Amino acid sequence: MASIDIRNVRKNFGVVSVLHGVDLSIENGEFVVLVGPSGCGKSTLLRMIAGLEEVTEGEIRIDGMRVNERAPKDRDIAMVFQSYALYPHMNVAENMSYGLRIRKAAREKITAAVSNAARKLELQPLLARRPKALSGGQRQRVAMGRAIVRQPKAFLFDEPLSNLDARLREQMRAEIKKLHRDLGATSIYVTHDQIEAMTLADRIVAMHEGVVQQVGSPLELYDRPANLFVAGFIGSPAMNFLSARYEVGAGTAGARLPDGTLIGLSSGYQLEEGAAVTLGIRPEHVEMSPASESRLRATVDLIEPTGFGIILHLGLHGLPFNVFTLDRAALTAGPTVTVAFPPQHLHLFDETGMRAFETSPQKGKG
Amino acid sequence: MNSYSTFGTALHRLAILCYVLFALFPLFWLLKVSVTPNDLLYSEGVRMWPSRMSFEHFRFVLAHSAFPVFFRNSMIVAGATAVIVTLLASLSGYALSRFTFRGKYWLVALMLLTQMFPLVMLVAPIFKMLSPLGLTNSLTGLVVVYTAFNIPFATFLMQSFFDGIPRELEEAAKIDGATRFMAFRQIVLPLTLPGIAATLGFVFTAAWSELLFALMLISGNSAATFPVGLLTFVSKFSVDFGQMMAAGVLALVPACLFFLFIQRYLVQGLTAGAVKG
Ligand SMILES: Nc1ncnc2c1ncn2[C@@H]1O[C@H](COP(=O)(O)OP(=O)(O)OP(=O)(O)O)[C@@H](O)[C@H]1O
Ligand SMILES: [Mg+2]
Repeated sequence: MASIDIRNVRKNFGVVSVLHGVDLSIENGEFVVLVGPSGCGKSTLLRMIAGLEEVTEGEIRIDGMRVNERAPKDRDIAMVFQSYALYPHMNVAENMSYGLRIRKAAREKITAAVSNAARKLELQPLLARRPKALSGGQRQRVAMGRAIVRQPKAFLFDEPLSNLDARLREQMRAEIKKLHRDLGATSIYVTHDQIEAMTLADRIVAMHEGVVQQVGSPLELYDRPANLFVAGFIGSPAMNFLSARYEVGAGTAGARLPDGTLIGLSSGYQLEEGAAVTLGIRPEHVEMSPASESRLRATVDLIEPTGFGIILHLGLHGLPFNVFTLDRAALTAGPTVTVAFPPQHLHLFDETGMRAFETSPQKGKG
Repeated sequence: MNSYSTFGTALHRLAILCYVLFALFPLFWLLKVSVTPNDLLYSEGVRMWPSRMSFEHFRFVLAHSAFPVFFRNSMIVAGATAVIVTLLASLSGYALSRFTFRGKYWLVALMLLTQMFPLVMLVAPIFKMLSPLGLTNSLTGLVVVYTAFNIPFATFLMQSFFDGIPRELEEAAKIDGATRFMAFRQIVLPLTLPGIAATLGFVFTAAWSELLFALMLISGNSAATFPVGLLTFVSKFSVDFGQMMAAGVLALVPACLFFLFIQRYLVQGLTAGAVKG
């Protein structure tokens, strides 16, 4: 087990700059999830930690030791690839034991490690099979098995579940979580999947265009996104945004929408009077048919039942606006509804897209 | 549409059949003449099979001609060329497939360029180069020349096979603790066996049947390869077709055996680029 330190790491491919100075400290035993849109450099960062890509600038330390110049084989980490990358000419047992065999481990130790991992992942009946003869889920488990037999310092996962169907993905997600609980190994996990990120992570690292946007626990990112990017990226369906102007009245603060409606805020913000702001509210926090004063009328464009709840696609002053509700009455909503925004669930972002700070800080850090 | 597709299939099969017949007929004729006794060769007219078969030509070729020497020489030259070329082409093909290095583009262009000249143009310069080195009239000289001529194509062939093997396999091996060379030897190479078989087969046949350079660089029987040897059956006044064809049939044997041996890999190999590894 190990800690991993990433210090001001940059990566250029030729003239193209992909990572612009990433700083990240990962503690021993922590499960860190990297999320971000396609092409933001998640895989590149992971591959640099593994030693598969050179570090253009900055430093990567594993257990305090600089590893920039170390070959992958000397970093003692394991990686699970999206394509699994199982060796096609070796059977499951050989695939799993390859790392130990080339490290010349004792035969009894290898057998023990393989059967141990096989038991954990329920691979015993498949040990003699070639990868070709396995289903996607089984291949995925073999890839996991290959990673855990070596008991490496850290695990790296690059979208390991994205080739599985939804049900299997859920199942493997739970297995990975259990595995991490049992092994307690430092893990870095790249994913596109919101739920994977939220459920697995001790901490989430949200990246965008080669820059880390926010690092924090899943709920921190959900409750207090640091900027518009994180606010829009975390959560599904995505957060709604409305442009407004910040106003302070006698003891109360509000955001004035272009149509003149004043939305009440729960506290004052460190903003100038009249500053342009973006108001954010998650679809699941919008109140429907409320008695509140600052309510808005919206047209219903589309109703999407998900079984668990209902997603309403609304038009608010001509702009798309989503609401998520558990109330089945919404199925027959329309043609217009009234919505209101509970002040405690509103997010306020300044002109530069950064989260605005409250003047009287709430609980938790800003 | 169904009747059309049946018709189309039939037409397709027929076309293939015609082609196969066309391609195999010379081989059949080779066999036929080789078992035709001399006295029947010109007297029977055109027949598909002689009225009387005999193996006298084979007996003569094996016992009384220099053919066994030619055969041995060819085995040495073709075998050595195939092995050396495949070895070198594996390494260079791997480099072209996996590494980016300065001058790569020009290297590839240069290798393509070597493939554009008619070989006849090169006979004289090559002779000039080899002769002071004592490599004319020697099997080593032939191996050197054949190796040089076959490497570019073999390299491209091997490169395409390496391209078909996902990089991630090597990366996984490296993370598992392998050096780059170990990953190459233990992961990539076993998966490239079809490609290696195809390259071996291709180069072996090319070297086995090469005539031009063998003819120009070799004089005398001791270092002659079998295609040159075949010409010894042509004398000033006559061609001994029976013996020539018998020698030809015998020369086919190693090539056939070789392909039989690698066929299993080859079938995989020639389609390996098409499906994702
Ligand atoms: N070998 C390379 N040469 C040049 N550019 C590259 C190379 N590898 C990656 N890139 C670029 O670097 C950027 C980041 O790529 P990376 O694979 O890290 O993205 P990602 O966040 O993993 O995306 P995804 O979620 O789609 O996997 C992309 O714009 C990509 O085009
Ligand atoms: Mg990626």
